[in-house]
Amino acid sequence: MSEQILRRDPRVEWILRNRLHPLHAEYALAPAEVRGPSGLLRKNPHAVGFMGPNGIKRIDRLAGNGPAGGAVRGSGKGAAQAPQLPKVTIDTPDYHLVVVPDLVGGRLSGHDRDLLGQARKLVREHGGASGGEGAVVAVLFGECRESQHSLGAAGIDRVVRFDDKAFEGYCPEQELTALLAVERGFAPRHWLFPDSVQGGGERGRRLAARIAERPATQAWLVDKDSTVCRGAGESLDITRSTPRLLLLAAECAEPVDDALYEARDETVKSAAQVRPQLQDRGPVAVDPSAVPLAEAEFILSAGNGIHNWDQFHRTAELLGATEGASRVAVDDGHMPRFRQVGATGTWVTARVYLAVGISGAIQHMQGIGQCDKVVAINTDAGCDMVKRADLSVIGDSEAILSELVKLAENYRVGGAEDAA
Amino acid sequence: MQPDLKIVTLVSIGRHPGSGRERRAEQDGRALELGLRLAGDRITALHAGDPAAGALRTYAGMGLPSLRVLQQSEADDAVPVLSGYLKHNGADIVLTGVRAESGESSGMLPYLLGEALGWPVVPRIADITQIDGGYAELLQALPRGQRRALRVKLPFIASVDLAAAAPRQSAFGPAARALIEPLAVASTPDTERAEWTRAPARKRPKRLKVVKATSAAERFKAATAKAQKEGGQVLKGQPAAEQAQAIFDLLLEEGVVR
Repeated sequence: MSEQILRRDPRVEWILRNRLHPLHAEYALAPAEVRGPSGLLRKNPHAVGFMGPNGIKRIDRLAGNGPAGGAVRGSGKGAAQAPQLPKVTIDTPDYHLVVVPDLVGGRLSGHDRDLLGQARKLVREHGGASGGEGAVVAVLFGECRESQHSLGAAGIDRVVRFDDKAFEGYCPEQELTALLAVERGFAPRHWLFPDSVQGGGERGRRLAARIAERPATQAWLVDKDSTVCRGAGESLDITRSTPRLLLLAAECAEPVDDALYEARDETVKSAAQVRPQLQDRGPVAVDPSAVPLAEAEFILSAGNGIHNWDQFHRTAELLGATEGASRVAVDDGHMPRFRQVGATGTWVTARVYLAVGISGAIQHMQGIGQCDKVVAINTDAGCDMVKRADLSVIGDSEAILSELVKLAENYRVGGAEDAA
Repeated sequence: MQPDLKIVTLVSIGRHPGSGRERRAEQDGRALELGLRLAGDRITALHAGDPAAGALRTYAGMGLPSLRVLQQSEADDAVPVLSGYLKHNGADIVLTGVRAESGESSGMLPYLLGEALGWPVVPRIADITQIDGGYAELLQALPRGQRRALRVKLPFIASVDLAAAAPRQSAFGPAARALIEPLAVASTPDTERAEWTRAPARKRPKRLKVVKATSAAERFKAATAKAQKEGGQVLKGQPAAEQAQAIFDLLLEEGVVR
């Protein structure tokens, strides 16, 4: 009864065999798959491909890997489209995991992303034992420069922001009250902090001391049940059961890159203003030339294209930059050897690297591999440094530096007037 | 500087990273150095552990007439005895290192003491610049060689960063002559720690660049193609003033020009 009787239609078969039949196109729109009488999948080798413009059959064996659209040749950039990530929404989570990223300079650092990857891994493991759905909550202190999309792509379900005036500057006690409000609001299953010098280590330890949780510090291998921590000056691995509060080392897990989470804004009952025992008196001006080159934040680097060295030193002083140099400048005796940037000199980690008259030898490019933003001033638009740079200015370095000096002087004078 | 300032420095047994031998801990040495500069030899150096440990003498060799030791075994918890001592004897400033070089080295001790005593905790200080009228002006070490000024009311607990002044040399004679005062305290075993397993640190796996490719062509491209970063903005042919303005705007936006 239930078995379908397969009937052949000889006329249709005849039309399908004859490509020149006027009705061929109608019938040839073959269904996605054809099952034979025994239920076997039948493939028609004649239906593969399409007719080319000159009447010759073409078979596309690229299987979708060719240039997108297939129409425009030579437009390589059109092909590199960002893949659509599957969207994940968790509406009613059964439990929460709270991550407190460092948010250095308002952006998620690599360490923060590792942490979020670890949080997602813990959620997966808890969910495996039918433990319900978990949501990853990120608590962001201060100004955040990441868009909601990039927060979601990093693996965040819910965002709690503390960015009003009370959280400006260094305010550990205010942050602690905010974290305690989150603790009351979400009752998280785990707290995840980066064990870093950027503030995460301090926040985590303060919270741990307040809520009397014994944290796992410098944890680098964490799953649902057990945690491995580094202790005794990086010489000991301590294996213990996973505590509620984790201070994680860098590269503890792979960052999230396979799904787009919601990053929905959520508010907790606002924390009360505290009277701080610690008063922040603001940053202290440090001599940029005394900061070691390897950890300087802003480097003004000189190469072969600099002729007016007095002007270069004056620019560095006015901008508050640490001075660096390429190998040529050092070999010629214009700069001391400890200022050399590159594979044979210092590997720098600056956030902003301003290269003046450096064309970019490969050894130099290796040395600045970890820099975030590179700005190049050069006369040659085709050099490697310009290819690497986020902003390149093609022109005479002396003229541009003198304009920069003017701008910096005006800014300093203006800033002083504003302050007064 | 007030002459009657009571400074307590907590010292621990360090561990040489290469040989693994006991030594003066880097950060604790700096904390003691800071204390010695503030209060001279009126400073109290306090250790919780074994009074016979040889590395304790290296602290005494920095110019201490005596060193107090709260007698404990390896399995005991140092926080209750230290907070009990500080509560009973009082202090204006307690200096510690950021993390110990032996044991769990969780870096929790200053925070737990601060919580137990109700005192403010200042992590990672580089210097104490002034103490006046019950308040101290501190210099906190930030990443990238930056410093922040803080003001805090006495008494407080501070952990000393490696950015602080290096400790003076330890002299053998004074170290041998110094008095080590053992103080008997009640045993407070750390039961949670007893359940942990320890092993020599194993090398952490190096993170590999994993290519998530769906087809052979993509894998081939990932293996052979040079990662071509899309070039940034290029300014060419504008007057120098305009170009310099573009650079300066970027520097301001990144917050490196202050």
